[in-house]
Amino acid sequence: MSTSSKSRRIVIEPVTRVEGHGKVTILLDDNGEVEQARLHIVEFRGFERFIQGRPYWELPVAVQRLCGICPVSHHLCAAKAVDWIVGGELLTRTAEKMRRLMHYGQIFQSHALHFFHLSSPDLLFGFDSPVENRHVFGVAAAFPELAKQGILMRKYGQEVIRLTSGKKVHGTGAIPGGINKNLSLPERDFLLEDLDRMKEWGRSAVKIAKDYTLENLSDIAGFGTFPSNHLSIVRADGAMDLYHGGLRAIDADGNRIFDHVDSRKYLDVLAEGVRSWSYMKFPYIKSIGPQDGWYRVGPLSRINTCDFIDTPEAEECRREFMELGGGGPVHVTMAYHWARMIELLHAIEKIAELLDDKDLQGEDLVVEGEPRNEGIAIIEAPRGTLFHHYRVGDDDLVEMANLIVSTTSNNEPMNRAVESVAKEYLSGQEITEGLLNHVEVAIRAYDPCLSCATHALGQMPLTVRLVSADGDVIDERTRN
Amino acid sequence: MPAGTALVIGYGNPGRKDDGLGPALAEAVVARGFAGVSVEQSYQLMVEDAARVAEHDLVVFADAHHTCEPPFLLTEVEPDPAPGFSTHSASPGAVLSLAREHFGATARAYVLGIRGYDLESFEEGLTDQARANLDQAIDFIGPFLEARGEHD
Repeated sequence: MSTSSKSRRIVIEPVTRVEGHGKVTILLDDNGEVEQARLHIVEFRGFERFIQGRPYWELPVAVQRLCGICPVSHHLCAAKAVDWIVGGELLTRTAEKMRRLMHYGQIFQSHALHFFHLSSPDLLFGFDSPVENRHVFGVAAAFPELAKQGILMRKYGQEVIRLTSGKKVHGTGAIPGGINKNLSLPERDFLLEDLDRMKEWGRSAVKIAKDYTLENLSDIAGFGTFPSNHLSIVRADGAMDLYHGGLRAIDADGNRIFDHVDSRKYLDVLAEGVRSWSYMKFPYIKSIGPQDGWYRVGPLSRINTCDFIDTPEAEECRREFMELGGGGPVHVTMAYHWARMIELLHAIEKIAELLDDKDLQGEDLVVEGEPRNEGIAIIEAPRGTLFHHYRVGDDDLVEMANLIVSTTSNNEPMNRAVESVAKEYLSGQEITEGLLNHVEVAIRAYDPCLSCATHALGQMPLTVRLVSADGDVIDERTRN
Repeated sequence: MPAGTALVIGYGNPGRKDDGLGPALAEAVVARGFAGVSVEQSYQLMVEDAARVAEHDLVVFADAHHTCEPPFLLTEVEPDPAPGFSTHSASPGAVLSLAREHFGATARAYVLGIRGYDLESFEEGLTDQARANLDQAIDFIGPFLEARGEHD
């Protein structure tokens, strides 16, 4: 932590246990009260330019360079967009189910990692617990079986990814118009070996998250919480669908702002604003405008927006979860964890469903059609709605790329959560580690991915900048 | 035939120039086909690598190094239960710690940090200097693996 009495800014850096690098700046007023808090995210927008000039068929592999945390989501979203470019958007049954299996593997492993290894210290030990406990190794010491389950659930999801995409990281399974492999019977049997154990652990994880939420509701109901719009894709019949669907947005009371909007029309309903102090964009719902049109995405929003979940155990959990909202959407920020575990259970139920489907052993893998110059796709990544939009020239080279990642959509909500928590817990008080962690806990609930893109030994590219109230940079430091 | 099995995990981002040194070393080890040596490539180390580490007697984490003296720096890894900046990616010490804690690992582990220079550009391919360092690291790692980590 660093402070500057001149500017009265308190800077918390880095935000630990969040991907990549973030910086929180809290501006105090003359009375020592919190005036404003901002989450700064170091984001590499250069990627959209990086892929310009490359042939479109490279996109599903190239975009995985964007993020080492959820490369599968970028892989699949780019493939879906390129499907339109090659006129192959109507996939064969085998191709679509293989992609879905890959996607549910990604959801399962990502949610398991976040819950067991990033957030469980907050939940198991409390926000004010000593810093030496508030990490995965503290969990490992106090709850060794839980920590091990988290590792093995993550490993299982990675095996699903490996067998559907060819590799655990940066696979090549999804190709324009389809996939390049099916799932062999030995591969299926390998995944079936641990399936029951994964389902059992998934049920346990939901129970841990539910019990935590309900037992601590009086403390966490207002923690970083505020009413908001929510956005996700849903299936044509209103079911939760993490791979494909139309855009649905609801307001804070649950009223639909728009529904079943085709992915290719996303710019009709959404726009991206900018702020002078952040490199990240601030998306908003066009019909409401930039001031109030911001929205949340991710597990909480998906549970709020869908009408039902099409797997029985997760649906039962969803019904119980929605009781929190008293007939409307649930806005409790800390309920993201419970929602995330419901999705984890849904993912393993879908994996079980797919492994029992003989279409996965089909041989019809790729379709082609009339080529187009534009492809737009949306997928529900673990952290929320992900948009990929490409235009290609007649020479097949990418001319334009626009990506909206889920952390960008949650940009405004995270800032609001930080400010809310800072005002409640940091104003006029000594800044202890426990209090600082309250801010971090609020950010972690969103599972933001602040991809650092490079991580080499000896280098941690974190730049801290102190800016006075009148805009002067009074200090800057890069941590190596 | 040396006793025990070895694992090389080469990690980094080949789309960020010299950050791809780790995966490049992994590819070179695969190409040479050492007996009893398994190879993994990944973008970054993850917690589940702990389970894989526990299956071997010798582990080499190969990564780009931004500051070491060229051509490379070999360092023995000690279990490090300290929290890292992020646990979506884990340090070699953290992985080794988890491997010992949860999977009974007894492996000796080393980090082979290969000096890189450009780790920021959104481009594939190594710089000439990094390529030269990689070549020397490859010359070193073969006998090191063959000897299962016994070295001067």
